[in-house]
Amino acid sequence: MLCVQSIEKKRFYMSIQFNEQQMTECKRLVARYPEGKQKSALLPVLHLAQESFDGWLSTETMDYVASVLSIEPIEVYEVASFYSMYNLKPVGQFVFEVCQTGPCMISGSDNIITYIQQQLDIKPGETTKDGIFTLKLVECLGACGYAPMMQVGKIYKEHLTKEKVDAIITEYRSQAAAKN
Amino acid sequence: MSEQILFKVTIDNITIEVPAGTTILQAARKIGGTVAPPAMCYYSKLQGSGGKCRTCLVEVAKGSEKDPRPMPKLVASCRTTVMDGMEVKNITSDKVIDARAGVVEFLLLNHPLDCPICDQAGECHLQDLSFEHGKSETRYEFQRRTFKKHDLGKNIQLHMTRCILCYRCVFTADQLTNKRVHGILDRGDHAEIATHIEKSLDNEFIGNVIDVCPVGALTDKTFRFKNRVWFLKPMDAHRDCPTCSGRVTLWNRGDEVYRVTARKDEWGEIEDTPDGKPGWICNTCRFDKKETSDWVIEGPRAISRQSVIAQGHYAGNVGMTKPTETFKAVNGGRTPHLLLDIHDESEVNQSQIHLGKIHGPAHGDTFNNKIENA
Amino acid sequence: MGVKLLLDKAHVPGIRTYDVYRREGGYRSVEKALKEMNPESIVEEVKKSGLRGRGGAGFPAGMKWSFIAKPEGVPRHLVCNADESEPGTFKDRYLMEFLPHLLLEGLIVSSFALGSNDTYIYIRGEYAWITDILEEAIKEAHANGWLGKNILGTGFDCAIHVQRGAGAYICGEETALIESLEGNRGNPRIKPPFPAIQGVWQRPTVVNNVETLASIGPIINMGGDEYAKIGVGRSTGTKLISACGNINKPGVYEIDMTISVEDFIYSDEFCGGIANGKKLKACIPGGSSVPILPANLLLKTAKGETRYMNYESLSDGGFATGSMMGSGGFIVLDEDQCIVKNTYTLARFYRHESCGQCSPCREGTGWMEKILQKIETGKGSMSDIDLLWDIQRKIEGNTICPLGDAAAWPVAAAIRHFRDEFEWHINNPDLSQTSNFGLQHYADPIHVPA
Repeated sequence: MLCVQSIEKKRFYMSIQFNEQQMTECKRLVARYPEGKQKSALLPVLHLAQESFDGWLSTETMDYVASVLSIEPIEVYEVASFYSMYNLKPVGQFVFEVCQTGPCMISGSDNIITYIQQQLDIKPGETTKDGIFTLKLVECLGACGYAPMMQVGKIYKEHLTKEKVDAIITEYRSQAAAKN
Repeated sequence: MSEQILFKVTIDNITIEVPAGTTILQAARKIGGTVAPPAMCYYSKLQGSGGKCRTCLVEVAKGSEKDPRPMPKLVASCRTTVMDGMEVKNITSDKVIDARAGVVEFLLLNHPLDCPICDQAGECHLQDLSFEHGKSETRYEFQRRTFKKHDLGKNIQLHMTRCILCYRCVFTADQLTNKRVHGILDRGDHAEIATHIEKSLDNEFIGNVIDVCPVGALTDKTFRFKNRVWFLKPMDAHRDCPTCSGRVTLWNRGDEVYRVTARKDEWGEIEDTPDGKPGWICNTCRFDKKETSDWVIEGPRAISRQSVIAQGHYAGNVGMTKPTETFKAVNGGRTPHLLLDIHDESEVNQSQIHLGKIHGPAHGDTFNNKIENA
Repeated sequence: MGVKLLLDKAHVPGIRTYDVYRREGGYRSVEKALKEMNPESIVEEVKKSGLRGRGGAGFPAGMKWSFIAKPEGVPRHLVCNADESEPGTFKDRYLMEFLPHLLLEGLIVSSFALGSNDTYIYIRGEYAWITDILEEAIKEAHANGWLGKNILGTGFDCAIHVQRGAGAYICGEETALIESLEGNRGNPRIKPPFPAIQGVWQRPTVVNNVETLASIGPIINMGGDEYAKIGVGRSTGTKLISACGNINKPGVYEIDMTISVEDFIYSDEFCGGIANGKKLKACIPGGSSVPILPANLLLKTAKGETRYMNYESLSDGGFATGSMMGSGGFIVLDEDQCIVKNTYTLARFYRHESCGQCSPCREGTGWMEKILQKIETGKGSMSDIDLLWDIQRKIEGNTICPLGDAAAWPVAAAIRHFRDEFEWHINNPDLSQTSNFGLQHYADPIHVPA
């Protein structure tokens, strides 16, 4: 039993670990809170982990975060599953998070959502077969005056039209191609 | 001991003096009876519990002697402390009755209502609550919520659909065990009790989550489908346990121990041991000691709650004496017998008719003409 | 028209950087506050200013500050609520994006007034690029001696940290925000104890909205009394309004609360009228949770008086015929908008954002969403309207935090003012899927076309 545990532990430490730069950032985040209140850094550290490990939080990643912050894994699962920005399942390279709440809706987000679905041939929550795009429908992102809009990574794409959506898809396709 | 400051509080026109810092709910429980608001999530032995279920909402008609203004909203009596001269309305307030009926409806909205197959039936606080404050029918017409099933190990059975998210089991794990492995995952109407990865709950004191669960969400797997609680005789018993107080209630039928629980008071909470600590029991006592010979029997358990368990003749003040009357004697000399064989009497039970497929109530025509509505 | 205190320098090129901001007169209030004033006198000025919390509740800021407990040896914290998530609201984003130093200036003064040595900005997770802007601004302020140890030689130490949320509307509620700041699920706490007594890490804490804190600089510069002279009645100072929906010029505007709703919507200085030559049907004047008003009750109150863009006038008539200033998210709906659909999307929003802690909100928001979806898709029945009314009534006021109220009010107001549109949907299940109820009698009495 002990033996299995130690092997498992070793395995996840090997695959999931912050590199030096990420670790420095992690330490900076933790240092902002009082001594012994390192759990406070959980949200920012989860953001860091998500960015560092393929854009989503696997159980291994969350267990790793728990060990970094010296808290119980369940505390991480509880928090990660509460907030909508953490992906608990693998996602594509670029996630289109399209706002569908009131102000965007009255500015025509429905048409944009339908159009993106057609262009990418996926439904909300799905990822394209090539693994490049994931479409998510989200609630208000605070860009109501610039509706309809969506978020891709850190960037807000606002005043969306069909033409703009086309351009965005082309832009990210070429970015993905350049990466591979 | 320094002198305690006492506050005068009036609840449903009954005045009582309680120490400062007492909650309205605790004061009301001191008065007892229907004055005490129901509580589904509050648990006096668990720090931080309460405030969530909203069944204990009361109206504060007068804030205090100093500031007599009424409170603008109904307040959760379990988390509101009394002030001197406070006047509280519980069942004497129409607003409270109305709001409570609403809360009961909300709690039952997605509840599967599977009491007939639920081990908690008979000692379920949600049953009591709906019986006292609920409506007889639902206005909800949508599909009820379901969850992916999680296995919590060999001792504890989780039925998430029955859960009312009182958080008691989370507090229990936090406060009684050194390592919590289950918690509340997800949020909103999809929040659930889970472990995220399949993990069994096996801390030595984790079994207490079964006792604190107000509904049938967490039940004893070793007792699963074994018997109905109202057929069992609750007996106080103890054993010399190295881990816990060893003071329990055995749920017997004949000589067989069906279930072991901690001793609960009239509010459904774990009773204190003589040294004043909550009488939590360990897993060994709860799950492994199922022989009468494991225990020293003290006598029948007084069940004062108005629950179906109290219907058992071994409960309460009736004591150990078996009733002397026979069924024949109290039934006018008739011996009990099967009055009718339902299979002979009713065509409803004909196997070629699928009741489930009939749209609406069944009529004689359905059977006479053998019409099957697909 | 009108005074501008917050956005007067917003269009100066490079105002985002420290050098330009300082050259334009920035950080004067910090000098004044730290050198010439003491914490008590700052709180006094803020009280005099009549500044009301700009996050939505409108509670007097100075009063809130005076509640903070000061137990010996226990650190206190100021937390800036930048978790702007109320649909229709994007004013804080604008402030932080373009004038990060204005917020820092207010934060430093307020931290000094409250005795907070570690001040936190809790910003919604989606505003990731604004986090970078703020971090950069903090670095600049640090480098120039406005943050850090012994600021301006006064012995006052202050650090400002930015923490990103991760997608939860509920964290805009101050106790949920505190929980989130502690690295927990954003479940609102049960009050009391209030944050001013036991807030983050059980320490006395004040949580203020971005716009509230950004207003502190101008208040210190001009003095509380002068500030209170702007505006009308208890609506003092200036207020940012984020206008969106079917208008010609959506955006963030600073108003001095004496302007009428009509002017705000139709003047070229602000919204510039309804887009595409359409007519005004309804408006949600203070963020999605406040009651929606039909055009005929928006521009004029039920008594026929002009309605103004301030706390008192917007709530004139109570919930029966009025609404609320709320967070200043001004959502305008034109004649083509369907009230049922709008209400449905808002109900979906609140269901999605309910933390799930207390039963009325957890269960009730989902129920309302399902019924509204049913009506919207032409499957509703008349009794559904009464049922909705009853559900919202049982949620309102019975929950731990105001999210329950926020979910209940839009539904209540939609039924209150637009019941015939709901009925039309139910009576015309097919027609309602292809066409719209239109303007009907909701047209505003002023701008009815000839």
